[in-house]
Amino acid sequence: MSSLYLARNPRVAARSLDGEMMIMSGRDSTLFTLNQTATILWKSADGSTPLQVIVEREICPAYEVEASEALRDAETLARELAGHGILRISEQPIVPENPAGGESR
Amino acid sequence: MSGLLEQMTEKALAKNIPLSVQVDLTYRCNERCVHCYLDHEDHGEMTTAEIKHLLDEMADAGVFILTFSGGEIFLRKDFFEILEYARMERQFCVKLKTNAIMIGEREAARIRDIGVESIQISIYSHRPEVHDAITLVPGSLRRSVEAARFLKSQGLRVILANVLMVQNMQDYQGVRALAEELGVECTLDPTITPMMDGDRSVLSLGVDQNALRRVFRDQDLIPDVEEFCAIPDPADASALSNLPCSAGHTACYVSPYGEVFPCVQFPLVTGNVREQRFVDIWRHSERMKEVRAIRVKDLSTCTSCSHVSSCTRCPGLAFMEGNMRGPSSQDCEKSFARTGVPSANMLAKKQAARDLVQIRIVPSRTEAQPTGAIA
Repeated sequence: MSSLYLARNPRVAARSLDGEMMIMSGRDSTLFTLNQTATILWKSADGSTPLQVIVEREICPAYEVEASEALRDAETLARELAGHGILRISEQPIVPENPAGGESR
Repeated sequence: MSGLLEQMTEKALAKNIPLSVQVDLTYRCNERCVHCYLDHEDHGEMTTAEIKHLLDEMADAGVFILTFSGGEIFLRKDFFEILEYARMERQFCVKLKTNAIMIGEREAARIRDIGVESIQISIYSHRPEVHDAITLVPGSLRRSVEAARFLKSQGLRVILANVLMVQNMQDYQGVRALAEELGVECTLDPTITPMMDGDRSVLSLGVDQNALRRVFRDQDLIPDVEEFCAIPDPADASALSNLPCSAGHTACYVSPYGEVFPCVQFPLVTGNVREQRFVDIWRHSERMKEVRAIRVKDLSTCTSCSHVSSCTRCPGLAFMEGNMRGPSSQDCEKSFARTGVPSANMLAKKQAARDLVQIRIVPSRTEAQPTGAIA
């Protein structure tokens, strides 16, 4: 079982525009639009659900593909999204980040 | 605009989605800029809870690019709470407009941690005696520049925004050099906006034709002066069916009191988020629909103008002149300064002025001629 976990990078901006996910990188303001599979990964990336479960629950039923093949493709895609700073990936569950440091003024 | 953003904007336009909204969090300010169009008294700003509720409504309506401006946004004690909410809870792409004089190292680090797309800082000159005489706050240039350095050192995108006016028209190259030294971007805008209450006296601060001509031919500012200043091609049918600008189409503005306008420079109240849902104002306000229905071909004077396909005509400034379908004289001046060709509006005004002083001899008592002169 893949032990990869995904979490949305809180530093990006994101909005669904008529079903199409728009993401702006917090690193360099590059704009991305996500395809349907990437959108599923983004929406499911809660830091605590393993990628394999996301694939079995969300991707396989939608695309009628073999679980092993779908998982391989999803891993590649997740790593690509992580490379752009859109997702964070880890082999451990990811604790939500509080970029503001929880400080109050 | 990047290709992808252009595509998303077209999609937003087709789906009637307000992709980009400016929210002024306050009109209070710690500077008193001589050209400012705002009333700085607080007439009942939205509370923190009201603003968060508005952000929820805007996110649900599809707003992606959110600009926080004012007044001075850092005067709100809840500013960071609002910013964190916008970024962390609702994932807006946030831009800030500020004079930055309240931003120290700590604030700059905090902004970096929260993450914003850009911070635009108003800088009117590289010389304190000029900048501070415009803001009417001694030491303001030093503090704003210091803040720009803090923000830049945090890796943030900083833009110096310079408004060109009589007081600083010799200094825009100095501001550009300052931006270069800081390693930040720089913009220059020759537009002075009338006061929100309609008082137009502030327009006397705008630069004259000679200064505009010089700026528009400055190769440091304009990459291709020849193309920029070329006499425009005649408008074809597609140019006449174009939208005048994004105001009310993919963008709008919300005041600190919850009023929704097509744009910050278009003071036509279309509703108030304290009384109606944001999306209902956006979709169903009759005034918003009226603005949205206007095409270039509907403009009263401009359709016959040789600049119609290339003019930067601002419908809000036209509205403040009395007709949202009419010309915006400041943009006529800009088109004239670029090309040397007077706009249809300028020619019409010249004709009207000529008619006012014209004395014609009426041939006979029974054959009165229309003169257009003062009766």
